[in-house]
Amino acid sequence: MLPLSLRTDLEIARRGYQRYAAYPLATAAGAFTNIIFGLMRGSVLLALFAERQRIGAYDAAATITYVWLTQGLLNIVAIWGWQELALRVRTGDIATDLIRPMHPIRALLAAEYGRATYQLVFRGIPPVAVGVVAFHAALPSDALVWLAFFASLVLAVAVSFAFRMLYNLAAFWTTDTRGTMILALVVMTIFSGFTIPIQFFPPWLAAIAYATPFPAMVQIPVDIFVAATAGPPVLVALAGQLAWALAMLAASYGLFALGTRRLVVQGG
Amino acid sequence: MADLSDLLALYRRLIAARLRAQLQYRTSFALDSTGMLLISFIDFLAILVIFANVPQLAGWTLPEVALLFAITGLTFAFTDLAIGHLDLFPQLIRDGNFDLLLIRPRGTLFQLLTADFQVRRLGKAIGALAVLAYALANLRIDWDPGRIAMLLLIVPTGVVIFASIWVATICIAFWSVDAREVSNAFTYGGQFLGQFPMNLYDRWLRRFLAYVVPIAFVAYFPALYILGKPDPIGLPEWLRFTSPLVALAAAFVASAVWRFGVRHYQSAGG
Repeated sequence: MLPLSLRTDLEIARRGYQRYAAYPLATAAGAFTNIIFGLMRGSVLLALFAERQRIGAYDAAATITYVWLTQGLLNIVAIWGWQELALRVRTGDIATDLIRPMHPIRALLAAEYGRATYQLVFRGIPPVAVGVVAFHAALPSDALVWLAFFASLVLAVAVSFAFRMLYNLAAFWTTDTRGTMILALVVMTIFSGFTIPIQFFPPWLAAIAYATPFPAMVQIPVDIFVAATAGPPVLVALAGQLAWALAMLAASYGLFALGTRRLVVQGG
Repeated sequence: MADLSDLLALYRRLIAARLRAQLQYRTSFALDSTGMLLISFIDFLAILVIFANVPQLAGWTLPEVALLFAITGLTFAFTDLAIGHLDLFPQLIRDGNFDLLLIRPRGTLFQLLTADFQVRRLGKAIGALAVLAYALANLRIDWDPGRIAMLLLIVPTGVVIFASIWVATICIAFWSVDAREVSNAFTYGGQFLGQFPMNLYDRWLRRFLAYVVPIAFVAYFPALYILGKPDPIGLPEWLRFTSPLVALAAAFVASAVWRFGVRHYQSAGG
C-alpha cells in the first residue's frame, strides 16, 4: 500500500486527467488545428533543404520529425501558458487552497501530470501519427531512445510547470499578470526551440538559448527523439533538465512562501 | 443611409468608451502593448533565423518574404483589433448570454464587435510596420501609380478577407461550443500561411487554404504585382488584381454563414 500522501497525489492526477477528458470534441478540434499548423510549418522548414543538405544535426528527415513531434508536444508542455494560480490569487480563492492539508504547488503539480498524460495520449499522438503515416516522420527504433525520451518528457513537463508557477506567483506582487505572462510566452516560444530548432540559430543566439531553462521544455526531448543527441550526452542532457526542474521548483516554493506572507484576502 | 450613420455613430461612442476604460490602467496597457509588439518581432526573428541558413526560400529573398510578412502582419493586427474579441463569443453561447443580444435593437454581430476592443493589439501593427519599412528600404521597386494604389488597397482588402474568415469559422460555435478551436486553424493559421510564399506549400494545401480560404489574396498576389515578380506557380497575371473582389465575395459568404448560424441557434435556456 502506498503512503497516504502519494495516494492523494495519484488521486489528484486522476482528477486532472478527467478534467480534460470531459471535453472530447474540444480535444478533436485542438488536434485538427495542431495538424493544420504541422502541415504549414513542415512546408516552410522543408523549403530550407532545397538549398542545403543539413543544418547542424538536422537533415530534411529529422526536421519533418521535429515538426510533427513539436506539434504533439506543444500541449503536453503547455506552450501557450496557464494562469490559473494567478487568477486564484487575484480572486482570493487561494485562501481556500491554503487551508488544505497539502501544499498548493504540490497539488497543482500532481494535477499537472494528470493533464499532461491526457494531452500526451489525445493531443500528442494524433499529430505524430499524421507525420509518420503521411510525411515519413521517423520513430526511434531503439527502446533505450524511447526510454530516454519519456524520461526527458517527464522532466520537460516539470520545468515547464515550474516556469509557469514562477510567472503566476508574480500575482502576489502585482494584479497585472497578463503582461508578465505575454512576455514570458514570447521568450519561451523562441528559446524553447518550439518555433524553429535551436540548431538553426546563429551560434551567439543558440548560446543565449542554452543558458536558459527553455530548451529543457522542448528542444532537449526532441533532440533525443531524432537522435540529434545520442549516447552519453543524453545523460548529460537529462541531468541538466533535472537540475533546472529542481532549482525552479525550489524557487517557486520559496516565492510562494514569501508571497503568502504578504497576502491579504479581502472579505470572505 | 440613416441606419448606417446611426450605426457608425453608435460604434464610435462604444469604442471610445472602451478606449477610455483601457487607458485607465496605464502600466497594464504599456506592458500588454509591449508584449504584443514583441510577439510580432518573435515571428520575424524566426524568419531571420531561416535566412541566416539559406540565401533564398523557395526562390524568395529575405526582403521579399519580409514584404509578405509585413502585409499579412499588418492586416492581421488590424483585424485582430477590430474583431479579435469574437473569440469570446462561444463563451456567451455557453453561458446563455447570447439571448441578451437577440432581444436588443441592433444586429448581433454589431453588438459583439463593440463588446470589447483591445487597443493593446495595435502593438502587433507597430511590429509589422517596422518590418514593412525594412522590406521597402531593401527592395528595388519601380513605384508607379498602380503599385502605390495597390499598397494602399492591400490593408483594407486584407482586413475584410481576414475578418470574413474569422466570422465564418467562429460560427462553428453555434453548433458546438467545444469545437471553437477549429476556427484558430484558419484565423491564426491563415496569418502563418500568408507570411510565406505560396509556392512552398503542397498543391492541395494551397488549393484549400490559399484559394478556397482566400489567404493568397491577402498578401501573395498583391505582393507579386508590387514586386513585378513572375508567379512561381504560373497562375494568370490578372489574379493579382482580384483581391478586392475576393474580399467582397468573402464578406458576403461570411455574413450569410453568420445569419444561417443565428437562425440555427438554440438557447441553452440561461
